[in-house]
Amino acid sequence: MNRAMNTILDKTQNAVPATQPAEGLAGRLLRGVGTHNLSLLIALACLLAIFGGLRSDVFFSARNIENIGQGMAILGILATAQTIVIVSGGLDISVGAVVGLSTVGIALGVQQTGSAALGILFGLVIGAIAGFVNGLIVTVGGVNAVIATLGTMAAFRGVAFIMSDGQSISIFHPLFRQIGSGRFLGLQITIEILVAVVAIFFVLMRYTVVGRNIYAIGGNPVAARLAGLNNTGYQIGVYILSGAAAGLGGLLLAARTGSGQPISGSDGLELQAITAAVLGGCALTGGKGTIVGGVLGVIILGVLNNGMILTSVPTFYQMVARGLLLILAVLVAEQQAKRYG
Amino acid sequence: MNSTLPLPSQEAAPPLLTLRGVSKRFGVVQALAGVDLDVRAGEVLALVGENGAGKSTMMRIVEGVVPPDSGTLAFDGVARNVRHASDAHALGVRVIHQEPDIAPDLSVAENLFIGDLRRTMGVFLDQRDLLRRTLALFDQFGLRDSLSPWMRAGDLGAAQRQLVEIMRALRAGVRLLALDEPTSSLTEDETRRLFAIVRQLKASGVAIVYISHRMHEIRELADRIAILRDGRMVTVRTAADLDETAVLSHMVGRPINNLFDRAKHEPGPTVLTLDGVTTHRICDVSFTIKAGEVVGMAGLIGAGRSETAAAIFGADRIVSGKVSLGGVPLRLRSPADAIAAGIGFAPEERKAQALFLLASVETNITLCVPDLISRAGFLRAGAAHRIAREQADNLRIKTPNLDQLVAKLSGGNQQKVVLGRWLARQLKLLILDEPTRGIDVGAKAEIYALIRHLADNGLAILIISSEMPELIGLTDRIVVMASGRVVGEVSRAEATEEGILALAMTDNINSARTDP
Repeated sequence: MNRAMNTILDKTQNAVPATQPAEGLAGRLLRGVGTHNLSLLIALACLLAIFGGLRSDVFFSARNIENIGQGMAILGILATAQTIVIVSGGLDISVGAVVGLSTVGIALGVQQTGSAALGILFGLVIGAIAGFVNGLIVTVGGVNAVIATLGTMAAFRGVAFIMSDGQSISIFHPLFRQIGSGRFLGLQITIEILVAVVAIFFVLMRYTVVGRNIYAIGGNPVAARLAGLNNTGYQIGVYILSGAAAGLGGLLLAARTGSGQPISGSDGLELQAITAAVLGGCALTGGKGTIVGGVLGVIILGVLNNGMILTSVPTFYQMVARGLLLILAVLVAEQQAKRYG
Repeated sequence: MNSTLPLPSQEAAPPLLTLRGVSKRFGVVQALAGVDLDVRAGEVLALVGENGAGKSTMMRIVEGVVPPDSGTLAFDGVARNVRHASDAHALGVRVIHQEPDIAPDLSVAENLFIGDLRRTMGVFLDQRDLLRRTLALFDQFGLRDSLSPWMRAGDLGAAQRQLVEIMRALRAGVRLLALDEPTSSLTEDETRRLFAIVRQLKASGVAIVYISHRMHEIRELADRIAILRDGRMVTVRTAADLDETAVLSHMVGRPINNLFDRAKHEPGPTVLTLDGVTTHRICDVSFTIKAGEVVGMAGLIGAGRSETAAAIFGADRIVSGKVSLGGVPLRLRSPADAIAAGIGFAPEERKAQALFLLASVETNITLCVPDLISRAGFLRAGAAHRIAREQADNLRIKTPNLDQLVAKLSGGNQQKVVLGRWLARQLKLLILDEPTRGIDVGAKAEIYALIRHLADNGLAILIISSEMPELIGLTDRIVVMASGRVVGEVSRAEATEEGILALAMTDNINSARTDP
């Protein structure tokens, strides 16, 4: 049949050059890394040079590098999950609140049952339920994702205060200290969890049908539906994933602080997660962005945070810098989109 | 600086616009190579060519947006440097693009006279003067009923926006008006009105450059036809000297026998049956398609053709009636059900409804065959590549490689990607909604050949098209719709444009009311 089709088309169409000349090694390398990721690496190198130069005494010490990694763990999980949400065409502003809610859930779970495993499970399930609620409001309710998760952000925070009666709940179980500051095979467990989660997300988005369908739904929801994809199911799934990731972030935070605090996670975590994802090349219109980019975004933010502390930039100025970075990231993305279009 | 060019004097007055040896190169692409062209006052010159032949580049040079690498432009026989859009405007050159350029939050009148708004008492907008001048302009072309001066321009339909742009060009004293695919989003009536305006402008001595893929429009309007191919001017001749086949042959650079050449064959068993299908947009639609049969669907815009496709494909909920495929009634809750049953659908708006522009050719083609390109949910790169390569080769998709973003392909190749997505599956029925819209003539011929080939191999095909010659030429039967209902069925032998149009304009609202 193909042979027949070819001959038919041969009658109407002259031979077409099959391929362009082969690209050079540099070109192939660039395409493998991606121009966007390359510019992120350059930005990272600049930051390292600046802070390394200013505080050459401590910046590159093993201890400080581990500090940076530890500081990035929660943000790394949230930002890569956020990347998936943004690629699917959504946005989840409630992640910071879900982190706080999850720490409270874990602390209460441990307190009530005395079992660390049940407490952790409770925290993760709460996160997933919060994500499910977000997903329902966005898909079935048809509410704009920004508004929906802005609303649930306030609501989840409220639920956390109600559950904890506004108090900090201490966790005495030794497993949490182990997770928070323990080591396995010489590496901090927190960092190992981060690496594992990022690896799973990377494989999901890059090497599975599910991941490819998420890109399709975010890139063109109408076409995705007409290609037979279940948009609603995927979108709800992505919000559940984001909620569960925030639940895991809550576990890391509870383990580090040894307590469940309703207020925790409210220090602009969602802002930083979105900043990292956008820095990493996510288009807020959906369909574009990579886990690798998100990770690079997180590393840049982590290095920036750490560097600003080491060079004694006052806290309030750090806040201004973080806010402006998000705007800058979107500005750059817009300019690139314009040049492309 | 301005010097008179030695021109062959065919008439007493020199041509309004003269291009001599105009060339333009973008990177490795030679967009225009030494093009000569005269455009005379009071004529309609049709500019035709496949996509990428250099039509747009030529217009952008004339418009002053892109400077030519070499060659000269002369107006009224005087060589001019057109380096900026304002230079072109001062010379009376206006190009109306497919996407009209208007200020959405200003009124129609303000859009028309922007840059020339008069004031009262030094500060206030003189509304009365604006209204007077706007209405005077409308009256000149009998548009009082079509446009309201104070309507917000952003609320206008495509046809009205286009009128505003043309009127704006007129009031600024246009001498050469270029229209780029002006009818692509117009209804039949709107097209008529546009043609009337074009003729009126021509009579008043304006030179018109008319760019279009639609042969019957060119036949109707053009005095001369200029044909571009690969950046070269192939021929410029009086319209009467070129028949349709000749134009197409010049465009693609080889003889075309018959676009719609089709071997006679016997259709097989019935594949698709619609029995009284009703959704919120169509009512009581029934018809059948046999294996190997190509059925067309005709009707005016809003007659319910695309809506019928939406019902068959599970995109619209069916309220009553049933759709059967191969005798089996389908349960259609979503497009996924239709796809699983063996239906493929290439929708009307390729970019909005079918393509993932930021994804690769390979991803776009293999999206609907997840089970063939994965194992346990994990993608097998080799399998995806093989399937995409097979479709790209068979359909002759022009792309440097399979990783190319679909956004960078031409319209014809994008359409082939959509077709490739469905041909990668085992189909029983393929629905094509306006399959050749905005596609150049070479790709069109390929898609026609493909449709014939698929039908000859037993696929049932439903084609929705607003191009009558295409519909009549390609199909075995034509189902005509109006107001969401089937109003008639015409066989290929008895199909004429007039007959189908008469049916399509049937007012069946009364009969709908009296139906039991």
